[in-house]
Amino acid sequence: MYDFAYHRPKSLADALALLKGKPEGRVMSGGMTLIPTLKQRLAKPSDVVDLAGVKELAGIKVEGNNVVIGGMTRHADVATSADVKGAIPALAYLAGHIGDPQVRNRGTIGGSIANNDPAADYPAAVVALNATVTTNTGKHAADSFFKGLFETALGEGELVTSVSFPKAEKAAYMKFPNPASRYAMVGVFVAKTAGGVRVAVTGAGPSVFRVKAMEDALAKNFSSAAIKDIKIPADGLNSDIHGSAEYRAHLVGVMARRAVDAANK
Amino acid sequence: MTAATGIGARVLRTEDKRFLTGTGRYVDDLPLARATHAYFLRSPHAHAKIKSIDTAAAKKMPGVVEIFTGKDTADAKVGGLICGWVVKGKDGQPHKSPPHPVMALDTVRYVGDTVAMVVANTADEAKDAAEAIKVDYDVKSANIDLARALDKGIPEVHPEAPGNLIYDWEIGVKADIDAAFAKAAHVTKLDLVNNRLIPNAMEPRAAAADYDKGTGNYTLWSTSQNPHVLRLILSAFVLGIPEHKLRVIAPDVGGGFGSKIFCYNEETMVTWAASRVGRPIKWTAERSESFMTDAHGRDHVTHAGLALDKDGKFLALRVDTIANMGAYLSTFSTAVPTYLYATLLAGQYTTPLIYANVRAALTHTAPVDAYRGAGRPEATFVIESLVSKAAAEMKIDAAELRRKNFIPSTAFPYQTPVALQYDSGNYPPIIDEAMKIADYKGFEARRAEAKSRGKLRGIGFSSYIEACGLGPSRVIGQLGGGVGQWESAQIKFNPTGNVQILTGAHSHGQSHETTFAQIVSDKLGVPIEAIEVVHGDTATTPFGMGSYGSRSLAVGGSAIMKAADKIIAKGKKIAAHLMEASVADVVFEQGTFKVAGTDKAVPLGAAVFAAYVPHNYPLEELEPGMDENAFYDPSNFVYPAGTQICEVEIDPDTGTVEVVAHTAVDDFGNIINPMIVDGQVHGGIVQGVGQALMENAVYDKATGQLVSGSYMDYTMPRADNVPSFKLGNKVTPCPHNPLGVKGCGEAGAIAAPAAVMNAVHNALAPLGVKHVEMPATPLNVWQSIQGAQPAAAE
Ligand SMILES: Cc1cc2nc3c(=O)[nH]c(=O)nc-3n(C[C@H](O)[C@H](O)[C@H](O)COP(=O)(O)OP(=O)(O)OC[C@H]3O[C@@H](n4cnc5c(N)ncnc54)[C@H](O)[C@@H]3O)c2cc1C
Repeated sequence: MYDFAYHRPKSLADALALLKGKPEGRVMSGGMTLIPTLKQRLAKPSDVVDLAGVKELAGIKVEGNNVVIGGMTRHADVATSADVKGAIPALAYLAGHIGDPQVRNRGTIGGSIANNDPAADYPAAVVALNATVTTNTGKHAADSFFKGLFETALGEGELVTSVSFPKAEKAAYMKFPNPASRYAMVGVFVAKTAGGVRVAVTGAGPSVFRVKAMEDALAKNFSSAAIKDIKIPADGLNSDIHGSAEYRAHLVGVMARRAVDAANK
Repeated sequence: MTAATGIGARVLRTEDKRFLTGTGRYVDDLPLARATHAYFLRSPHAHAKIKSIDTAAAKKMPGVVEIFTGKDTADAKVGGLICGWVVKGKDGQPHKSPPHPVMALDTVRYVGDTVAMVVANTADEAKDAAEAIKVDYDVKSANIDLARALDKGIPEVHPEAPGNLIYDWEIGVKADIDAAFAKAAHVTKLDLVNNRLIPNAMEPRAAAADYDKGTGNYTLWSTSQNPHVLRLILSAFVLGIPEHKLRVIAPDVGGGFGSKIFCYNEETMVTWAASRVGRPIKWTAERSESFMTDAHGRDHVTHAGLALDKDGKFLALRVDTIANMGAYLSTFSTAVPTYLYATLLAGQYTTPLIYANVRAALTHTAPVDAYRGAGRPEATFVIESLVSKAAAEMKIDAAELRRKNFIPSTAFPYQTPVALQYDSGNYPPIIDEAMKIADYKGFEARRAEAKSRGKLRGIGFSSYIEACGLGPSRVIGQLGGGVGQWESAQIKFNPTGNVQILTGAHSHGQSHETTFAQIVSDKLGVPIEAIEVVHGDTATTPFGMGSYGSRSLAVGGSAIMKAADKIIAKGKKIAAHLMEASVADVVFEQGTFKVAGTDKAVPLGAAVFAAYVPHNYPLEELEPGMDENAFYDPSNFVYPAGTQICEVEIDPDTGTVEVVAHTAVDDFGNIINPMIVDGQVHGGIVQGVGQALMENAVYDKATGQLVSGSYMDYTMPRADNVPSFKLGNKVTPCPHNPLGVKGCGEAGAIAAPAAVMNAVHNALAPLGVKHVEMPATPLNVWQSIQGAQPAAAE
């Protein structure tokens, strides 16, 4: 990797101060994406500000009807949290199926959604549960947070501080892992909350997307039978050696039906 | 001797203490004072002319010691890398051998071809400087698709090999075959691809070299499977450093699977440059370099046919294969698809007529060479796929069809129509045992139960034969091999009775330190704690051929037996002297020399002590010391055989294949350590399952970029991809080596792909799927299902 200055602040305020005026500075949470990127010399930051020491950003709280997860919360902590398992078991399940134990003990929700890898798992949960992303400067609704391939609504110097997930009446996540990387080749999160039914798909396209036709059908009849004839167009979906666009389109249907069945269990 | 550590005991691996506590010593661990670090600049193009290389700016970068390009090595007359096996084509001519410079001169021929070597104070500085080297490429179109590599108008990789053809080779008589096919009651045809694999040893390749100005001696530490052979090649062909001035050390090596047999340019360059820069040089491949530049494995396109009579007796086998050599001929590349492949096509069967035509082709891809099994997995895959397909077509039980054609146990030694003479074997009891362990009878019930869960269950057989423990050397020479195939051993007692076994074999995962010690413990009655196995250093061990081709025990272990016999013979003379008895009356039992019918006894330790402190010793007839060496040249190959039975369940909605049961019954002859053998079989099966379902080296057909260049895209099998294996064994001892052993290192990987793929085809048959190419990835299976016509009967 290229040389950079390394900082390990103890508070969010210090972290923000360190980043100020450093357009080439980068924040690091779990480093599970950033460090491989550095090692491959695909990034050349002037400074790396490691959030690992910022205790205020980590942790899980239940606030009324919401589960609020701090940006620096590791996947392993979400997967094993009694609060998450109680309120939204599908979210704990999702976190428990990210990567491997090493990755889950380092990677964070803030880093994951800020990075917005098209094959990341969390974006499906954020969108399907209609979560709210809180940053140091404000709040983003899920639907407007994920903008495209590795692109989010985060502005310069803006950090994810927490994500607030409304409790779900029913929810499930079904992931079809890429056989090699085990990221989501297709992941479908289905949720029925006070706000309605949402179906969010990750892995299949350049960024997470909702399937309105399924949502409408499930709103009327929350059963896999209700969506069995809904075909997903392959246009614009990802295609690579592991899955053609047609295959991914097909898998969205399969995973969505399985998610609905799981949510009904 | 003691059952606890002798032959047949499940002794825990003595090497595990250091491996499991992180105290193994690998090349990269070497502390070398004043060491510099090398980084190799690689070609980003599959095929390009190098118009110019400008290193001026790079040379000025911080920490840079020196930068070398192909021109420097050419000016210094560094030899090219060699291919050590001459294969003669149909025309009687030796194979085409295009030059293989250690660094590209004016053309790059695959993504990863070496363009420059940067030596700097740190690895990062070397890498920084490499980025500052300006290479002006004139990019040409590339030849990537093996199936078309020999077609007219395809870009040529080397002018020395017109039409990209390295050789057009055959075995068997074509005219007889054509006649047999013409009158056969049934012909089964098969077109298949044996997918290209990347070896992925856990430890990447590494090399470090030091030059001693005072003595003119070079030392090379390399991740080699065969340090003596590497030294020989570097000395005699590439660098011209006399053998006695070059010491090659292969310390702990973290896996090789064949990929570390070969002489590579990086270790060559590091050695050569060490004397130029006057400081030691270290290099360790990054994982992406390993993907790009380790010699890859397999990669065949094959059309095959099996002719049968109306009862299912095999009449003739015809095989036509194009084998990928990559862009340059690696050390043993030419032998793999010929003498290690086509000579195995008889399998376990009495097929009287076999004809194979193999054409080796160049492409703009990384060199291809031996990888676990080397040729034999490809042969087994062809035969066993054909046999199972024939069984399905003729509606004969797959096991029954095999049994009908097995070489009977009374027919050994058995001369196949493709050169090999199988020494021993007894195949029917193996398949019987495998079917019992796998509960073959219960399969249809399991299939029905799976169907009730929406899963397609299938079962597949693979009855493999392999030829390993290569030799005799004379035959290897007749076939074009450039080296001997014997092995050496030295048993060296210290005065206090403990022992060093020095072997020319090399352990990089095979557990020699335990197995070899067990042999000596058993044979000489020395406790295993008093035995040390030394390997991997040309300065301390006798010249040897290293480890590959499941040869270490059958050949290296036999050399150890011979050396042990010499120790006993000498010990008898010493003991006879000490006991004042005649040598003819002395027997050796459980570590003690005795005179039969008396209570006279001299423990081996006492004889050893007398040999080193020869105060009461027959010095007139006998030299002091207890240190014997032996060389063993095998009289034939060894022929392990076995049957694997795989059961899979397929999710038809997603195409996912799950291996739910896998049985392997093998005949490895006598077994020294069953635990270690089980481990070898487990690892081999996992690699075979990997080939069948997951692993695939994919190059972009237009650009030649390695698409599967990291673990993000190259699917390695993992523990959760395989069930707990069910193993069994049968023993027909090898009749021609002193231990009665056959090799076990490659069997798992040789047999498994066909077993898995036959199970996949069996599972998908009700959907009308005719053929699924390896690897049967979810996408591949799903697409096959989409393209199939459901069988009418279902
Ligand atoms: C082997 C492996 C397997 C994986 N498998 C999966 C998988 O199956 N599914 C999956 O979803 N993910 C997977 N991941 C990704 C991983 O789980 C992390 O979610 C991901 O790496 C990002 O989280 P992080 O905390 O490591 O972020 P980092 O690597 O620290 O940062 C990533 C990017 O986000 C920025 N960033 C970090 N934190 C913040 C913040 N709070 N606010 C704004 N920007 C921020 C950084 O500057 C950087 O650009 C895998 C990773 C590896 C290495």
